[in-house]
Amino acid sequence: MLAESKGIRLEHISKIYQDPKTGKDFRAVDDANIVIKPGSFVTLLGPSGCGKTTTLRMIAGFESPDEGEIFLGDKAINELTPNKRDTAMVFQSYALFPHYNVFDNVAYGLKLRKLSKEEIHEKVMEILDLVELTGMESRMTNQLSGGQQQRVALARALVVEPSVLLFDEPLSNLDAKLRVSMRTEIRNIQQRVGITAVYVTHDQSEAMALSDQIIIMHKGVVAQVGTPQEIYYHPVNEFVADFIGEANFLKGKLVSKKDNNENDGIMDINGCMVEVTEIRTRKVGDMGTLVLRPESATLAEEGQLKCRVIVSCFMGAYQNYHVMVGDTLVKITDFNPKHKKIYQVNETAYVNFAPCDVHVL
Amino acid sequence: MARSKSAALDRKKLLGDPVMMGMIIVLLIFLVLFIVYPLFVLLIDSIYNEGGFTLHVFSKVLSMQRFRTAFSNTIVLGLITGVLSTIIGLLFAYVDVYVKMRIKAVGKLFNIVSLLPVVSPPFVLSLSTIMLFGRSGIITRSLLHIYDSDVYGLKGIVVVQTLTFFPVCYLMLKGLLKNIDPSLEEAARDIGASRWRVFTTVTLPLLLPGLGNAFLVTFIESVADFANPMLIGGNYDTLATTIYLQVTGSYDSTGAAAMSVILLSMTLILFFIQKYYLERKTAATLTGKASRARMLIEDKSVTVPLTLFCSLVALFVIIMYVMIPFGALFKLWGRDYSLSMKWFDYLFKYSGFKAFKDSFLLSIIAAPITALLSMIISYLVVKKKFKSKAFIEFVSMLAMAVPGTVLGIGYIRGYANGIFHSGILSGLYGTGLILIIVFIIRSLPVGTRSGISALRQIDKSIEESAYDLGAGSGKVFMTITLPLIKDSFFSGLVTSFVRSITAISAIILLVTPQFLLITCQINEFAEKGYYGVACAYATILIMIVYASVLLMNLFIRFFGTSKKIKGEN
Ligand SMILES: Nc1ncnc2c1ncn2[C@@H]1O[C@H](COP(=O)(O)OP(=O)(O)OP(=O)(O)O)[C@@H](O)[C@H]1O
Ligand SMILES: [Mg+2]
Repeated sequence: MLAESKGIRLEHISKIYQDPKTGKDFRAVDDANIVIKPGSFVTLLGPSGCGKTTTLRMIAGFESPDEGEIFLGDKAINELTPNKRDTAMVFQSYALFPHYNVFDNVAYGLKLRKLSKEEIHEKVMEILDLVELTGMESRMTNQLSGGQQQRVALARALVVEPSVLLFDEPLSNLDAKLRVSMRTEIRNIQQRVGITAVYVTHDQSEAMALSDQIIIMHKGVVAQVGTPQEIYYHPVNEFVADFIGEANFLKGKLVSKKDNNENDGIMDINGCMVEVTEIRTRKVGDMGTLVLRPESATLAEEGQLKCRVIVSCFMGAYQNYHVMVGDTLVKITDFNPKHKKIYQVNETAYVNFAPCDVHVL
Repeated sequence: MARSKSAALDRKKLLGDPVMMGMIIVLLIFLVLFIVYPLFVLLIDSIYNEGGFTLHVFSKVLSMQRFRTAFSNTIVLGLITGVLSTIIGLLFAYVDVYVKMRIKAVGKLFNIVSLLPVVSPPFVLSLSTIMLFGRSGIITRSLLHIYDSDVYGLKGIVVVQTLTFFPVCYLMLKGLLKNIDPSLEEAARDIGASRWRVFTTVTLPLLLPGLGNAFLVTFIESVADFANPMLIGGNYDTLATTIYLQVTGSYDSTGAAAMSVILLSMTLILFFIQKYYLERKTAATLTGKASRARMLIEDKSVTVPLTLFCSLVALFVIIMYVMIPFGALFKLWGRDYSLSMKWFDYLFKYSGFKAFKDSFLLSIIAAPITALLSMIISYLVVKKKFKSKAFIEFVSMLAMAVPGTVLGIGYIRGYANGIFHSGILSGLYGTGLILIIVFIIRSLPVGTRSGISALRQIDKSIEESAYDLGAGSGKVFMTITLPLIKDSFFSGLVTSFVRSITAISAIILLVTPQFLLITCQINEFAEKGYYGVACAYATILIMIVYASVLLMNLFIRFFGTSKKIKGEN
């Protein structure tokens, strides 16, 4: 495949819809600025209704933005209809043409481009080979399994050699196991072809597994853009921290800064002095929220935060604790509990974590 | 407005899609010219006179005794027919949904009755009523020896219209009854309510908006009906027939225009109540699907009388249809019941061939255009967004509420001297083309309605993906949408053919001697009392209609999309 992949740029994109009940306007997408590099795999991730599909459909051209400009490569494409845009979309419902067989489904876009019969045949067979559907050309689409249908949809989009592939929750109709194997396959094919891909999902593990970059959306606003690691370890706000993985939030006050390192300091959380990093621009006396992942913490006889256990539950791979630090509930997954002390409900213990494992908001 | 930019972009995209732009413009012109304009002309005609606005015409018409009688006649007829059809329809629906039918044939009978209105020319029942109960009626004269029986007038129309329209109510109410959750009624029954009490306190209240809906639909149909009052009305003139006589008898087309405006306002108001209030309310009260199967009533004291009554009505309707071919085959109805082909011979000797050729030709031209147009309208309405969409949807539905007679007068006033008397398009009047256009307009709403429901079932992303892969709107429609709604398209084709070849109300006002139409011939011969010829025409017409429906079913069975898509699993 020699598709020349292009980048995408969204500049101050907003989409305003009318609420069907109240008749009031609201912003389904609000001032989104996104840069997608050529050849990269980018996921739009967020809870239901946050504007992911709307964003994707604006890139495809099915919806028009109310503010801003979309660029494909260097070209502004706001005014182009979907059929004139160099994008191809894979839909959640696959959207295969039920009256065509597999071959004709894949060939549809090529026929529109007025290729010769031989060329079409060659390209279709090549792409069917890529998605491992050789031999199924003459099946009707309803004679395929869900995973095979999704691969036909993928082949149909790939075969026209678009600059950008768009996916709208393409795997959500499949069962859990198939979902995992299909996403690996999608990622492999994307890498092999080297095409730019924008992928909408609300499944965080899917986003983590697939993406070069994740774009987290929340109520129409782009909350954070970054690699999976950046987003997981350095979430910019509580929403992102909580949406990606699980997170505990502990409020406290910054009591001192280390002189040699601007980023390290001591926080007072519920009367306990805790060493933290990543305080960035905060000054002594400022309030902050400590983000603590459940798997970064353990319980011990002594340590940083005094707490009282209220739930203690053996899960095999880890011991699951709920503890109270003052008024704040903290969840802890203590891995490898076999040779550790297990705390029971109502016991007092200390929460322990490495300063570099926490993050201050 | 903040949303203006996306609207502007959408508009630009539309402009960048010439096929769709063209489709919309052609449609707009067509709808404005042939629905909006003729109705508008009627309004202008009746209030604009000698250079000024005046209510003179209205006051003249209102003071006409003839008009007043016709007006009250129409209302009385509509009320009686509406109530009777709704009640009988409800009985049928109730028996169908609630009663355990022991005899298979009864179900079959119900099926036939519900299909008959689809395939029957409008005045068949009038003809057979006259032949059963008229002066030479087989029941009245030959069985009961009543020699001065008079079926003409209100009672005749009521019988005929009720029998024609109740199947529509039956189908509507059946759908609703099926949606009532049985546990509601069982709960009431459980706490000791009798079956009758459950019906009056639970079923009926739930059904009330639906009943109102059925009543209004029938009322509108009854009021707009032209053929039956014409044939069996006798001296009982309704608005539709009075308007016709005002034009053809008194040559007073301004007066007819004013009457048309009144008739139109009546049907429109009722239509809007029905469409935008009752239909919604019906949907709101009966949303839930029945959670499980209903315990059917087996109590003989209930099932026997109900089933018997409905079967008798159904049988009676079927007998009325069977009357028609016999009417054509008997030598002289009422006197000489020996078989002969003389009416058929007569028919073919006197321009019968031409009538069939003309009717057939005009209808076969109109049908594909109608089917395509209604699919395009449904496509635009369901799948696209653009400014004039609401207008297109509204006008094509509006056509449903316009009585044929009114449309006919509108065309006479609007096109006889060209548009706004300017001479533009005046060549249209009196041609076959205008007849074809009338056929199209009269069938468009039905086709559009079924097209819309077919299209709503297609996942929108299927078309979007074709669009996304590079197909323009026209291409998407032809390669994806149309093949997927092939069944609905084909049934729309046949329906509009059937509706066209059996149409009479608007056509009878516009047809010129140059064209002979079957329906007009039937009307003419029946008026003159040549029932044998009328029946011969009607027999062949029914055969044509029945053959087309058969053809449609065959086609859908063998080539339909549903087979290809669903059948092979
Ligand atoms: N055509 C429309 N008219 C009005 N509101 C709309 C329209 N399409 C979407 N919305 C609203 O815009 C918001 C964003 O919708 P969108 O489909 O982009 O959500 P999403 O992030 O894809 O959610 P999901 O994960 O559930 O698919 C929602 O509140 C939705 O109700
Ligand atoms: Mg979505």
